[in-house]
Amino acid sequence: MSESAYNFAYLDEQTKRMIRRAILKGLAIPGYQVPFASREMPMPYGWGTGGVQVSAAVLTPEDTFKVIDQGADDTTNAVSIRTFFERTADVETTTETSAASVIQTRHRIPEEPLTEDQILVYQVPIPEPLRFLEPRESETRKMHSLEEYGLMHVKLYEDISRHGHIATSYAYPVKVEGRYVMDPSPIPKFDNPKLGQMAAVQLFGAGREQRIYALPPYTDVVSLDFDDHPFEASKADQVCGLCGAEDSYLDEVIIDDQGGRLFCCSDTDYCTSRRAAGHQGPAFPGSEVAA
Amino acid sequence: MYVAVKGGERAIENAHAWLAEERRGDTKVAELTIEQIREQLSLSVHRVMAEGSLYDPDLAALAIKQSRGDLIEAIFLIRAYRTTLPRFGSSKPIDTGVMDCDRRISATFKDLPGGQILGPTFDYTHRLLDFKLAADGEVAEAPSRDVEPADVPHVTEFLNQEGLIEEAPHDDTMPPDLTREPLEMPADRALRLQALTRSDEGFTLGMAYSTQRGYGRNHAFVGELRIGSVPVEMEILELGFSIEIGEITLTECETVNQFTGSKTEPPQFTRGYGLVFGQTERKAISMALVDRALRWEELGEDSAGAPAQDAEFVLYHADNIQATGFLEHIKLPHYVDFQSELELVRKLRREAGAHQVQEAAE
Repeated sequence: MSESAYNFAYLDEQTKRMIRRAILKGLAIPGYQVPFASREMPMPYGWGTGGVQVSAAVLTPEDTFKVIDQGADDTTNAVSIRTFFERTADVETTTETSAASVIQTRHRIPEEPLTEDQILVYQVPIPEPLRFLEPRESETRKMHSLEEYGLMHVKLYEDISRHGHIATSYAYPVKVEGRYVMDPSPIPKFDNPKLGQMAAVQLFGAGREQRIYALPPYTDVVSLDFDDHPFEASKADQVCGLCGAEDSYLDEVIIDDQGGRLFCCSDTDYCTSRRAAGHQGPAFPGSEVAA
Repeated sequence: MYVAVKGGERAIENAHAWLAEERRGDTKVAELTIEQIREQLSLSVHRVMAEGSLYDPDLAALAIKQSRGDLIEAIFLIRAYRTTLPRFGSSKPIDTGVMDCDRRISATFKDLPGGQILGPTFDYTHRLLDFKLAADGEVAEAPSRDVEPADVPHVTEFLNQEGLIEEAPHDDTMPPDLTREPLEMPADRALRLQALTRSDEGFTLGMAYSTQRGYGRNHAFVGELRIGSVPVEMEILELGFSIEIGEITLTECETVNQFTGSKTEPPQFTRGYGLVFGQTERKAISMALVDRALRWEELGEDSAGAPAQDAEFVLYHADNIQATGFLEHIKLPHYVDFQSELELVRKLRREAGAHQVQEAAE
């Protein structure tokens, strides 16, 4: 079948309506996981099918679309998803965060603050924050409806008593509007503070697990913690070797056989635009690479 | 200076080109045709149709060719194609009692109305490699005789006349549709069967086998196994009556399971049921055993806590397209998460180290 034989953004209109209904319900009950009849997509489950279906349901021909994976536009799966929508929806694509109206992401929130005109779509592998405490879906749904989150607090407390810290560094659970405990998808906990009071609409799609959830603009989102062990967003204690940014999440890259390291922004657009504006990091010739 | 890896796009294109070349293999060897796959690898075709939930032998053969013989990949291609198809309506329930049987056996009765038909089975072949087949695949025509077409009654109906087997009353309730609604628990039997018929053959086999070895044992006999073609009828609204729109090959397995009775049910035989597209009897028998294992609750049995009795466990893990996707996604980059774990482990080690030094000093 040629690509033109498929509907705009691949899914048929009925399916998109079904997904939009789930999205609206999700926006109406922030943090609540809405079951939806996820379709088989032409990419594997676990590779962003939930995000792809949500994007397909919200994209219009006028949109400008950006896809990032690990913060980068040029990782292979981001390339693959972007190409998919270029082929099936013929939307304009961009790598520039501020130029995009819809951004699909895996594992990161862009560094640049988003605006009210933007939608951020997260790919979610395991939407259930309680899953690794209780494997049964029938049980976890009950726990959410009864607001029974004691198990989660016990888990966090056990972390502290054993390690002195909460030993969760990504997919760090949050509470939404004082009600639902939510999995923010496997973003590093560095990104957690950006979830709350965000101007953009945040949509979360889990294809294999058939769940959609959402955060409307300016929603209260609090990372779970204790008064005497407050939540702490953490990142490598370095600056970006390329652009010198001190406030961005950093990847650690091994650059030689001796184990030399370079720290650089995981958000490639942020790094590129900073360098275009003349910022330089310590990894440039004449400066020292962090070891 | 290190530059973040670029060129994902070109790498993907080149990988696809290499894949196409590998799929074709040595060009001095003739290319496989769809017809060859459909006719000579028909059991692969049947499995792809069954787990792909789409009855189309030519498309299944194409998927097998495209996937280099990786059947789960072929099933994936079929599933992804299937979701794009418009839905005109649903057929009338098929009647396996009018099946034109290629094979029909009962393990519970020596002989029975309709007879035992071995059919094209591997069962009594000696598994010796046939080296002659490597050189010359010609076969002599199998002997045949004409038979009067007749309905073939189900074995379980004979038991039912004596009231020895649980009733399976007729039910016109529209079953839920797994492909249009999210799977939610608890799942009724219709939904469980729907999930099982498209479930991975290997997973279902393993689950069924585990019940035989004692993890939720339910003493199954193959009451009947039948393979053959049945007509599919559909009611056409404009016409006001139903017409036959085609024929499909199916495998149906009904197990008869020992049951000593429970608080709610008298001692009687109980049923397990398997129905799968194509000639797929390993899968159909497995399905029947797993179906029966999952029925413990409605029959008032005690759960042995066995994996095959746990509907959430079985149904959420039986789909090979979901399973393979999630399993293989760990190949995708995870360096952002890994980085945050690195920071955490370093921090914990630093503190543990400081603690030890302090203890040594004391």
